[in-house]
Amino acid sequence: MTPAVAIFRRELGSYFATPLAYVFIVIFLVMSGVLTFYLGHLYERGQADLEPFFRMHPWLYLFLVPAIAMRLWAEERKTGSIELLMTLPVTTGQAVLGKYLAALVFIGIALALTFPIWITMNYLGNPDNGVVLAAYLGSFMMAAGFLAIGACISAATKNQVIAFIITVVICFIFLLAGTPLVLDMFRLWVPQHIIDALASLSFQNHYASIARGVIDLRDVIYFGSLIGCWLYANALVVDMKKAD
Amino acid sequence: MIEIKHLSKWFGHALAVDDLSFSVRPGEVLGFLGPNGAGKSTTMKMITGFLKPTSGVIRVCGRDLDTKPLESKKRMGYLPEGEVSYGEMTPSQYLKFVARVRGLNGQYRQERSLEVIRRLHLGGVLDQAIDTLSKGFKKRVGLAQAILHDPEVLILDEPTDGLDPNQKFEVREFIRSIAPNKVIVISTHILGEVDALCDRIIIIDNGRKRVDDTPANLRQKFSSNRLDDVFREVTLARLS
Repeated sequence: MTPAVAIFRRELGSYFATPLAYVFIVIFLVMSGVLTFYLGHLYERGQADLEPFFRMHPWLYLFLVPAIAMRLWAEERKTGSIELLMTLPVTTGQAVLGKYLAALVFIGIALALTFPIWITMNYLGNPDNGVVLAAYLGSFMMAAGFLAIGACISAATKNQVIAFIITVVICFIFLLAGTPLVLDMFRLWVPQHIIDALASLSFQNHYASIARGVIDLRDVIYFGSLIGCWLYANALVVDMKKAD
Repeated sequence: MIEIKHLSKWFGHALAVDDLSFSVRPGEVLGFLGPNGAGKSTTMKMITGFLKPTSGVIRVCGRDLDTKPLESKKRMGYLPEGEVSYGEMTPSQYLKFVARVRGLNGQYRQERSLEVIRRLHLGGVLDQAIDTLSKGFKKRVGLAQAILHDPEVLILDEPTDGLDPNQKFEVREFIRSIAPNKVIVISTHILGEVDALCDRIIIIDNGRKRVDDTPANLRQKFSSNRLDDVFREVTLARLS
């Protein structure tokens, strides 16, 4: 696993070597504040909890996580640095894992930096901090899911803009898989049990229960297997496309 | 040592490397020549495990590259064609990264790093982003990365491409100095380089091996005394 750790450290370091990290973190924090207070009406509700804050996270991630994921492999292929990387004694799996975890930790840092809003709530009232912790965990898992999708798509193209757009679309479908918006597209020509299966893939449904503070093993397994599948696909795509 | 048997590579319907076989012994510097697009880089990418051959066998230090890729890659150093990657890093960070991936630790890592920095004169630029360095320095950073773990096999794809004559000379001198006991394959289309460095020449064209001999023999065999003419004669034969 040493090579994976080395790749992880290089990747995480590279975020902070460029303005990318700071731009991303600032935008992330500003956006999460704006969404929470203006669209989530945190003050007007008169309740000291973070429900409006977490309710907005899927929409925040929908655009910001693909922006982090798009460069993971597309940039590496564009600049040709993938040739050095894959001729070093590393397996594709180690490279995929090292890069993914670096991006995930980076997003985790951005998420952790939202802590002032949690402090504010504790100052204003007595929120259930157990629920807040569970919601942070759920939010992080959802970000991890989006990121795994984005990492895989990023490996399929050299063009970061294409990677970004396709990732947003796929994440959007996953996010709203349980709503009529997506299901109606399939309803006419797909049998009901497939519709049900599709609806059960919805990020929104799985996230919603964790965000309420209920950590159900099924939701954890859902996010875990989703991430596993996309990362496995990621490794296959890297092997297939690395030299194109 | 490297052994290559019946190596072929198809890209869709295009045959890039066609039934290529050769081997290189330790202590030997092989010049891999051919016009642009002849299949030199493709062959090197297959030897280093970046590209999968369509058919054929590659053995590096007795290990099959296909079944034991990591074992083979550990024993190889590779300078890819073109620019050094990860331009936002400094040479010092870059070398540290490669050393970590290659599993070099503690004292040994320190010694090797100091050694390659000294030999390639990188001391003055260690903390400058690679992007901001001159071409000559970038190439040397690439070489430093390739020899950092003191590999048995070195694959260098156009190591002097884009350098000025002084830098070319320096790189050649450096390669010569590390040549004993190593297997070195250099691709180039600069014939002066071959003369100065290589014990053996393979000329490929259209993916096929045309010539496999020592520079001295080639001069005798062909009417001309100049390698330039040999190269032209061999690679243009198909056109006439």
